[in-house]
Amino acid sequence: MKEPVLIKPDGTRLDGRKPDELRPIKMEVGVLEKSDGSAYLEHGGTRVFAAVFGPKEMHPKHLALPSRAVLRLRYHMASFSVEDRKTLGMTRREIELSKVIREALESVIFLEEFPRSSIDVFAEIVQADGGTRCAAITASSLALADAGIPMLDLLPGVASGKIGGKVVLDLSELEDKYGEADMPVAISPRLDAALLFQLNGRLSLKEFDEAWELARQGCSKIYEMQRNALKNRYETYKPEEET
Amino acid sequence: MTAYFSGKEPSFTVRLLHDRVYELLAEDKRLDGRTPKDIRKIDIKTNVIEKAEGSAMVSMGGTRIIAGVKSDIGQPFSDRPNEGVFTVNAELLPLASKSFEPGPPSQEGVELARIVDRSVRESRAIDLEKLCLIPGQKAYVIFVDFYVLDYDGNYFDPSVLAAVAALSTAKLPKYEVVNGQLEKKEETFSISLRTTPVSVTIGLIKDKMLVDPSLAEQSSLDTSLVATFDSEGNICSVQKNSSGYIPMDLLKNMLTVAKERTDFVRGRFTELVKVG
Repeated sequence: MKEPVLIKPDGTRLDGRKPDELRPIKMEVGVLEKSDGSAYLEHGGTRVFAAVFGPKEMHPKHLALPSRAVLRLRYHMASFSVEDRKTLGMTRREIELSKVIREALESVIFLEEFPRSSIDVFAEIVQADGGTRCAAITASSLALADAGIPMLDLLPGVASGKIGGKVVLDLSELEDKYGEADMPVAISPRLDAALLFQLNGRLSLKEFDEAWELARQGCSKIYEMQRNALKNRYETYKPEEET
Repeated sequence: MTAYFSGKEPSFTVRLLHDRVYELLAEDKRLDGRTPKDIRKIDIKTNVIEKAEGSAMVSMGGTRIIAGVKSDIGQPFSDRPNEGVFTVNAELLPLASKSFEPGPPSQEGVELARIVDRSVRESRAIDLEKLCLIPGQKAYVIFVDFYVLDYDGNYFDPSVLAAVAALSTAKLPKYEVVNGQLEKKEETFSISLRTTPVSVTIGLIKDKMLVDPSLAEQSSLDTSLVATFDSEGNICSVQKNSSGYIPMDLLKNMLTVAKERTDFVRGRFTELVKVG
């Protein structure tokens, strides 16, 4: 395949977006019956389900900690979520991303409220179109809130980066593949801090400043959407009658 | 499921250590007598394994890494038909630390391998197009495998050094295309690296930074970050590699310090590694 021109002469991108524009985002809370909390997120072509089980008794027991809950997180992609079928089981990429996403989320959950227990989070990417780890964080933090787990903050995630010589927000799969740099982040607006921070590709420190500012703005927009998704679910929510 | 969780518990002694390290940092001091930006003693020996095409033994303080390069002929990836293949593997050997266990690679081991992979790949140090022999069909496959031999904190930076040292001193068997067929030649060739990617790991305790954390310091950190820069000072790869959070106003400072310290590490590399 020939390398596509990522920035058109009029300064817009392949899909017509401006450099600082997010793709369309849709989110819904409480979408899976059997989990304790769940969320569904569409971010451009990326689609992800997240579910939370717990806090519950830790199995196997020897992994329990007397002073706090243990957060376990699995980031996983469906075999059909990508162009060439992904082999079953966890790839090295999925193992690494499970680690960094878990580390981001465990820093905003009040784990010490639930000693000896585990909180299990599953993020399943059913379609991948760039920004899947960020989408997984955005959805997982909604699912945790849906499960009623006390948290310092919701975590919105988005990537910024550099494509066709320009610093842009929210890279699509194509832009990530042919671009110069990809910087996925998750930011807590309340802590004013980075919880997930990765950068792959070449960027000068000056370009980093630009990319960082874009990611920060993108995160605060997604944060608003997260709050609205929770409000939509619970403003009119009436718990079912006990029978 | 055990592969997807962290079971670290902040013990009482770790909390004491956290406060002690912070107090020292406030006076620009550290447990082992270093100042906050000091990097431990770096030693690099290359060509330590004759059977490997390239190899290096690197120590940074008490942390020791051995890396080897092997090559083979294989098929280029279908989406990169004009490029050779480059893969990195890491293993945290059980002999290096009582906290490393035998068995399938841990999340930490996978993360380490992938950070080193990205540091070299994203810096575009290797001209992968030069490693393609017949587009879409035959190309060199370069394996960089490294092992943590002794673990005293921060295995990231010595691992990047070991991988780059082994690659830049490797002598690969040369193949030539004759009538569409590959012919192995007597002579060897070197992969000349276009830049020298170097990483620096920085720990954070509250608002204070410390470069190249030792094992004792590592357990007391609030969070940490590993950043790789190329010889021109561009960022190639960054990863927040532990729990906790990095306040906005400190992130840029951490990257600026990392960049500044990579110059020192690259200086040691140039001093100790005879390229070619």
